[in-house]
Amino acid sequence: MDTDSPLVAALADDLDGSFEALVLGHQDRLYSIALRVLGDPRDAEEAAQDAFVRAYRALAGYDAARIRELRLRPWLATIVLNLCRSRLARRPAPARRALSLDVPLPGDLEPRADEAHGPAAATATRAAADDWADLLLTLPLAYRSAVVLRHVDGLSYPELATALDRPEGTVKAQVHRGLALLRTAFETAQRREREEMTA
Amino acid sequence: MTIDDRDVEAAMSGLATRAPATLAPNVLAEVGLADRYARFDSPIGPLVVAWNGLGVSAVEAAPDDAAFEADHRARTGRPAHPVDRLPERLASAIARRLEGDRRVRIDLDLRGHTDFERDVWHKALEIPRGEVRPYGWVAAEIGRPKAVRAVGTALGHNPVPLIVPCHRVVRSDGTIGQYSLGGPGNKRTILAAEGLDLPRLEQLASSGVRFIGSDTTKIFCLPTCRHARRVTDRHRLEFHSMAEGQARGYRACMVCRPASAAAA
Repeated sequence: MDTDSPLVAALADDLDGSFEALVLGHQDRLYSIALRVLGDPRDAEEAAQDAFVRAYRALAGYDAARIRELRLRPWLATIVLNLCRSRLARRPAPARRALSLDVPLPGDLEPRADEAHGPAAATATRAAADDWADLLLTLPLAYRSAVVLRHVDGLSYPELATALDRPEGTVKAQVHRGLALLRTAFETAQRREREEMTA
Repeated sequence: MTIDDRDVEAAMSGLATRAPATLAPNVLAEVGLADRYARFDSPIGPLVVAWNGLGVSAVEAAPDDAAFEADHRARTGRPAHPVDRLPERLASAIARRLEGDRRVRIDLDLRGHTDFERDVWHKALEIPRGEVRPYGWVAAEIGRPKAVRAVGTALGHNPVPLIVPCHRVVRSDGTIGQYSLGGPGNKRTILAAEGLDLPRLEQLASSGVRFIGSDTTKIFCLPTCRHARRVTDRHRLEFHSMAEGQARGYRACMVCRPASAAAA
């Protein structure tokens, strides 16, 4: 299933006339990917913007036949991910995080199931999302990228294999390993909280 | 509390979020599918400058935002969105260009215009601040000596006046000629602000003087050429035609190339 087929056909016919539709249709995903890989909203917006600009310039250089063959979702994901990688490589070393159980996990990792309903619950949900986002940033980049593309962006495994240019088996393993690391990190954080409460 | 992969997957899908409202407009401006515009102060009052990722696309004395946006869309097919001010770098580049620094780089978005128009505008860019050239000079310089009227039309269609100094192109009889940015009055104001001695230029023109020679160098120039302006009264000669100068053993200046003006 490729929901982008009509858009791809339109891009092949009239790039300038249909590029805005591409941006509007894919901006939330590219921004989400960048934000969850980079962690910083400003950085993420710049990376997403650069990705669209590069996509436009690439499309402008392709002939119509080549554009029609494009699989837009993984193609755009590859572009934004590459830009995120080079941004991370340029960052000063201290800003990089590594998964370490010695470092206190960020945020409040209270269980959310027993929270009240209403505005407080919404706040709690947002806080929980922030915690998960922070945990995600502690993953090694290969796992983080795979998890983000599969479960934040929702790419299928074949799309993921295309986007990361790896065999499907490899990307599946990366996603599973990433999820396992996240679960462990989450549980460790919870255990530590409980220990602090009972100490 | 133990959780399984499904919980983690659900948490991850909750991390998808919306792009900031600024993202799409910034992308479209950067690739040149939409423009930004802001007000800019010039010697003839506030102007509107529009630009996108390819370069400056319009300079206009616009009455109001709505009128400018409608006009811009009609001319370029692109929407224009207002912003508070020009980007720092562009503002200082334009300021420096208006002060006469021709080396400062200002990218221009001249899509949708003919090669002839671009040739005319690029030629106008070569005319230094404080100097003027006749329409015929531009025509000859771009290899279209008969296209004098078309040069005038192309200059009138210059979408980026001041940045491309079409105001430095005047009629060969020394009168100022038309100006797209609010009429001939503005053209005079800008030329005067650039240090051009208009009364003197008009006086020379009305007495039929087309070229200024120096008896020390035996070179003749267009009257506003910087080399002509350096000649002291004692050494200055006035010629009504190329032939007159050549007959007296003078050669044409290689900077202002008066032959191009004479050819027209």
